[in-house]
Amino acid sequence: MSKQIFAIFNDEDVLMKSIKPLRGTGVNIKNVFSPFPIHGLDTELGLARTRISICAFLYGLTGLSLAVLMTWYMMISDWPMDIGGKPNFSYYKNIPAFVPVLFESTVLCAAHGMVITFYLRSKLLPGVTAFVPDVRMTDDRFVMQVELEDAATEEQITAVLIQHGAEEVKEYGK
Amino acid sequence: MYEASIREPLILGDKTAHDITEDICRPIEGKANKYWWWCFSVSVAALIWWVLCVSITVGQGIGVWGLNNVVDWGWDITNFVWWVGIGHAGTLISAVLLLFRQKWRLSINRAAEAMTIFAVICAASFLLTHTGRPWLDYTLFPLPNQFGSLWVNFNSPLIWDTFAVSTYFSVSLVFWYTGLIPDFAVVRDRAKTKGMKFWYGLLSFGWVGSAKNWQRFEEVSLVLAGMSTPLVLSVHTIVSMDFATSIVPGWHTTIFPPYFVAGAIFSGFAMVQTLLIITRKVLSLENYITTYHIDMMNRIIMITGSIVGIAYITEFFMSWYSGVEYESYCFVNRATGYYWWAYWSMMTCNVISPQLFWFKKLRTNFTFTFILSIVVNIGMWFERFVIIVTSLHRAYLPSEWSTYHPTWVEVGIFIGSIGLFFTCFLLFARFFPVIAMSELKTIVKSSSSQAKREFKEEAHH
Repeated sequence: MSKQIFAIFNDEDVLMKSIKPLRGTGVNIKNVFSPFPIHGLDTELGLARTRISICAFLYGLTGLSLAVLMTWYMMISDWPMDIGGKPNFSYYKNIPAFVPVLFESTVLCAAHGMVITFYLRSKLLPGVTAFVPDVRMTDDRFVMQVELEDAATEEQITAVLIQHGAEEVKEYGK
Repeated sequence: MYEASIREPLILGDKTAHDITEDICRPIEGKANKYWWWCFSVSVAALIWWVLCVSITVGQGIGVWGLNNVVDWGWDITNFVWWVGIGHAGTLISAVLLLFRQKWRLSINRAAEAMTIFAVICAASFLLTHTGRPWLDYTLFPLPNQFGSLWVNFNSPLIWDTFAVSTYFSVSLVFWYTGLIPDFAVVRDRAKTKGMKFWYGLLSFGWVGSAKNWQRFEEVSLVLAGMSTPLVLSVHTIVSMDFATSIVPGWHTTIFPPYFVAGAIFSGFAMVQTLLIITRKVLSLENYITTYHIDMMNRIIMITGSIVGIAYITEFFMSWYSGVEYESYCFVNRATGYYWWAYWSMMTCNVISPQLFWFKKLRTNFTFTFILSIVVNIGMWFERFVIIVTSLHRAYLPSEWSTYHPTWVEVGIFIGSIGLFFTCFLLFARFFPVIAMSELKTIVKSSSSQAKREFKEEAHH
């Protein structure tokens, strides 16, 4: 793995403005860590749009289908009952009574499916060791991870980073 | 990020992002003060009483309660509806106000969501014990069983309730926890002791706050908020259908769903006020939970209180206008019958008292708000009691008319459930960040007192 250095910024706007010019001068920005979400940072870094809401939609659809299957099987097919002169012989005529359960099942599957996908895709699980280049990155500092193709360019790139507003440039954990 | 200086600042005291970290982490890292220990001891004492009364109920059966063949729902279901209703404000603040982009939610959403979780736990305890044989509660779910294949009845609102409450609880829990992860990471990165490093490291799931993490985090929050909004409305709608789909006079009304939802928001916001007014004092959060926040919540209490008031009057009118003698008797009996005092307590606390919030002086007064928030919750408890008990004790056959009084066991479970609630909340306030730091830091540049001053100075030049 090539050498990684970390530029610490103390203002999110300075960091945002520096991304384009830094890339212009050939600095390879790998990632940015921040204590809070910065609006527009993902597009500035060129990250692809997250597809997690599409997943949520598909999980919701799954939940809905399972609930339709469950209510149909239990109420219509396996044990139809005649309650108060309103027999359970056709799904179509009975569906209004199942709407609350269909809705709740949709939400249940969509919400939990999405959250589980989020945790797994972002590698968020109990026991995972966090990658913390600087402990202030969850407090009030913004950390830009830069990859050096050639270790010899370190001094030069450090100077460019400082020139674009970085407070300091350091190596992991130092 | 410019924001009109006419909008009041949401963070006072010229706080920077670092100050926010310090202020919110201080109660977690320091030792608990004597107020905390005092409140905690009282709550745990009540919780012990709850355990005792629940044990008696489970051990001897619900014969130890004051219920009878006619009034077969009493304090148990009253308390269930009351607690579920209280829970609704948390979701409303974190989900609905997120969709409406209301920034004032940011310093109160965490505590309000915690309140939701604990209130739903209390509510569920009543659902699970009122069945009488709680070890058979698994039959609430559609599980394959040994009785042929006898399934639950999906036509029944009680089964809808099982689905609604379990979905609501579990979705609120993951919504809350996902929001907590970045804040646990803050505590982890500041931790001095080995124990804190380990525990908060475990709780934070290895969060680092990279650009991709945040991108997904924001999408997840938004979509969860979008789903929680109809979810929270559906929960109390379904709770109201437990009553509205029956043919009991006083329950059989179509306005129940919107009226219950408004009542839920009304009582929930009142409980948020009760909790936050104490929390801001005990944890010194005066700069984050300000007069403005209290004012905004009081406006919601006033609006939902007025909706509830109109619903009461509409119900009364419709009982007469419908021409159904059972309905009209039921409502006249509510106001003048055996339980008249419960009805008039409800009317005073819920309809008259929130109207005082038309006065700005009262709306922005902490002591007054605190007292009124308790009055509102007493009123909302009586609302459920009135609906349940007065309708049941005078049903269709005069020969089965009856009265109902709770036993000390029922009173004990109710008071004990308040102990359970406060024990959970105090533990939360001691070990979890009570304000969503990572979210609050996003508005330092637009809505803090120093930002407002800068905008004003710029405008003068």
